[in-house]
Formats: sequence, C-alpha cells, structure tokens
Amino acid sequence: MADDASKPFAGLADVSISEDIAVEGDISVPVGTSRRDEELSTLDEPVKETVLRDLRAVGNKFVHVLYPKRSSALLRDWDLWGPLLLCVTLALLLQGGATETQEQGGPQFAEVFVIVWVGSIVITLNSKLLGGTLSFFQSLCVLGYCIMPLTAALVVCRLVLLLANNAVSFAVRLLVVSASFGWSTFASTAFLVDSQPPNRKALVVYPVFLFYFVIGWIILTFSP
Amino acid sequence: MKDPFEFQGEFIFLIYFFYYSKKIYITYFMFLCFFPMIDFDDSGNLLGPSRDAVTISIEDEDEVKFNSQKKTADPSVGAYEEDPVSSDDQTKLLSGQKKNAAFWTFEYYQQFFDIDTYHVKERILGSVLPWPRKNFIHTYLRRNPDLYGPFWICTTLVFAIAISGNISTFLVNLGNPNYKYTPEFRKVTIAATAIFSYAWLVPLALWGVLLWRSNKVTNLVSYSFMEIVCVYGYSLAVYIPAVIIWIVPFMWLQWLSIMIALCLSGSVLTITFWPAVRDDHPKVYIAILSTIVTFNVLLAVGCKMYFFSKPEELPQKFSGPTVGVKITSNHV
Repeated sequence: MADDASKPFAGLADVSISEDIAVEGDISVPVGTSRRDEELSTLDEPVKETVLRDLRAVGNKFVHVLYPKRSSALLRDWDLWGPLLLCVTLALLLQGGATETQEQGGPQFAEVFVIVWVGSIVITLNSKLLGGTLSFFQSLCVLGYCIMPLTAALVVCRLVLLLANNAVSFAVRLLVVSASFGWSTFASTAFLVDSQPPNRKALVVYPVFLFYFVIGWIILTFSP
Repeated sequence: MKDPFEFQGEFIFLIYFFYYSKKIYITYFMFLCFFPMIDFDDSGNLLGPSRDAVTISIEDEDEVKFNSQKKTADPSVGAYEEDPVSSDDQTKLLSGQKKNAAFWTFEYYQQFFDIDTYHVKERILGSVLPWPRKNFIHTYLRRNPDLYGPFWICTTLVFAIAISGNISTFLVNLGNPNYKYTPEFRKVTIAATAIFSYAWLVPLALWGVLLWRSNKVTNLVSYSFMEIVCVYGYSLAVYIPAVIIWIVPFMWLQWLSIMIALCLSGSVLTITFWPAVRDDHPKVYIAILSTIVTFNVLLAVGCKMYFFSKPEELPQKFSGPTVGVKITSNHV
C-alpha cells in the first residue's frame, strides 16, 4: 500500500484513454514575477532618469497634439504636467500689459489660471453629464494639451508686437491666432468626440469651441 | 395641483437651507404652509433611491389625478392637450425612473442633460420665434427640462457682451489719439454676475410666487423650478445676435435690435406664464407679468448702457461742444 502510494500516478497505470476523445489544450506559465521586479527597480534609478522619462512622455503628447491623429496616447497615459506647463507659460507671457489702472487691464496671472482650469473642469463635467465615457482626468489632460497651439500663437504675437504695433501687425496676429484656435479646436475634438454618444457630439464640441475662442480672444487683445 | 412627489425634494432642501441659515421663522412658516401638501405615504421615497416598484404605482395615481385636473380646469391650453393622451404611458413609465436620486448625487444632475443636439436646436428656435398659442414649456420642454441650454446660453451671452462691448468701445474711439486700447477684462465678471443672477434668482422668486398663488387658488398650474429656469435660459438666446449687432456704432440700429430682442424674449416669457396665472385675480396676474417684463427690460437696457458706450457721448470731451456734436450726428 505504502509502495503504491509513494509512486506518483501509480494507480493510473492501468487506465487507458479511448482514442475517440480528443485531448487538447495549452499550458502557459505566467510571467508575472519578473514585472514586479522591474517596477521595484525604479526606486533605484537616478532622479534624472525619472524626470527624463516624464519629460519624454510629455513631449510625446505634444507631438500627438501637433499631428492630431485618432490615437489613444493622450488618453491612455494621461498626465497633467503638460497642461500645468502650458498654463504657467500662457499666464507668464500674458503679463506685462502696461496699463495706468489695473482695473481695465488684461487678465492677471491668477485670472488666466482660473479661466483655464475652471473652464476645463466645466467642460469635462458637461461632457460627463451628457453621457461621455472619458474619465475626468483624461478629459482635463486632452483639453490642457490642446492649448499648445494657442501658446505658440502667443509667443509669435509677442514677437510681432516687438517689431511693430500697427494695423499690419494686428492683421498678422489675427491670422496667427485664428489658425491656432482652429488647430486647437480640431485637435481636441479629434480626441474627445469618439467617446461621446452619437446624437450629442455637437453639444460637447460647442463648449470646447467657446473655451478656445475666449483664450484666443485674450491672446489677440494683449497689448503691452 | 402639482403632484407632491415632484417638489418635495425642492422644498425639503429650502427648509434645510433656511434652518441652517438661522431663519427659524421662515422655516416654521414654510412648514406650516406646506404641511398639508406633504404626502406622508410617499415620504419614504425621499430618503433613498430604492423601491422603484412602489414609486411607479403611486406615481400612476398621481399622474392620472394631475392630468384629469388639468383637463377639467384648463380646456383651452392648446398643444399640450393632445400630448398627455399619447405620451401618458411614456410619462408614467419615465416618471417612475426620474428623480430617484438625491440632489447631491451626480445622477440627479445627469437627468437634466438627457437631451440631444436636435432638441437643443428646436428649443433655441422656439425661443427666438415665439408663437401665440405655443407655450414654451408645454411644446418644447414636455416635462424634460434641461440645464445644458440655460447654462451655456448664459455663458455665451456673458462672453458675447464682454467682447462686443470691448470691440464697440474700440470702434467708437478709433480716430481718437488720446485713447489707449485696454481689454477691460474685469467687465466679464460684472457681466457674469448680472446675467447669472437674472437667469437664476428671478426664476427662483417667480417659482416661489407661483407656488404661493397655487396654494391659494387651487386649480392653478404651477411649473417646476427647473422648467422656469429652462424658459429663462432659452429666452436669453435672442440676445446673443442682438449683442453682436450692437458692435456697429449706429444708434438707430442698436435701438431697433434692442426693441426686437425685448419683444421676442418678453413674448416668450409672457406666453409661457400666461396659462399659469390667468385663473388668478387680475391684479395679481398683471403684477406678475409686468414684473417679468420689467426685469427683462432692465437687464437689456442695463447691459446696453454699461458695456456699450454711446457713439455721441465720447467725442464731446475732446472737441468743442457744438462742433463736436454736429460732426458726430452727421457721421451717425
């Protein structure tokens, strides 16, 4: 008895499987353990590596905004570093509008922040209430990254204003700001529109249009 | 009488609001006034979103009572009369599922965004082109008030006023060397305060008044708060093109467009609220309707005065009195 029990599968030696029953399947060995080792090892890497990895991710998303194809890079790995960077750049560049009284001047630093972030939050809430499937932060990420063309337009406008401040420079600025506003709206709708219910796409796109229009207006009316 | 389930959530909220803001006497007064109208059998539903089956069956009775009351009390409403018969099943089925969520949850607000692009377009067209018998609430809202329209129309109007005012000031001062262009960004906050308080506080007051009157006069139709907010929001839609027209510095064009906008939006509001108040004492309904129209006029004229400078005023400061005025009036 002990003999039989000690040999593995001893009792099955006599069992024969009929040839009619097909025996098939696959055996796979899970490879989970090695991934855990990888993640733990990011603690040991130098800080430069971590920062560069995040910067590369941000840069990658900028490239996706420049050439808006329907890819899911912005949506899958969302981050808010890019929007923060763009918002700070926008707010800093909009400073320096010299006016006699602060009352009638351009927007202050905090006002730009409030407009961009509260505007993005309101648009995100709007799309979620209308039945959109994007998560809250994914939507914030897309809207923030798509401000990039407008920030580029602001840089161009400031350069143009350094050269001249007359009707021609206004026409150039108008052209640049309109083009970048169209680009921003087009880029963000390319990312956002797929996740909305089909009868409500226009309802979701209109607030985005209004948001970038207001930012474009602020950029256009900036006068040092 | 409005079915009790529909406004219980709202008045419970108001009671808590007044209680916590230490207006004990108002809380007591409200409780006294509305105590007879609470349906205690239904009060269990206020606490939780469950028990759908019970909700639907009670809702059916109330719907039938409400509809029959409406039909006997108001035989000449117009378009709405055909609707309850055909969409009765739908409203019975849907009203059981609506308004089960408490007002602090996300789902409660999601029910107010249950519209498609087509509906929004239809409602905006209906508010811009009012028709004598077509009550906005009955024809377009059909018991599905939305918050999308009012909110985004108000926001668009705020930015339209600020931007148009800025452009108009710039155009008026075009030949003036002393004028330095400023974006006048602070005016956006002022515009926002004015328009959002008109679109939310006036409906709140109107809803309170209608509720109070329907308490006194039993067969009065009373609209829900969201429906009134919806009408007010959509009635502001006609001002967006008007505000853009105001950029052009011709006085006659500005006043013509303001008159047309006032007529259109005022008539939308009066046609909507006429069936609600006409069974009341004449003094009361004249007072209510004239208050509605007055606030509308105040908003339009106030915005025009504050944000848009008159073409004749400014040059007087810089040139001689009579010569300046003559040149300007010829130019206009």
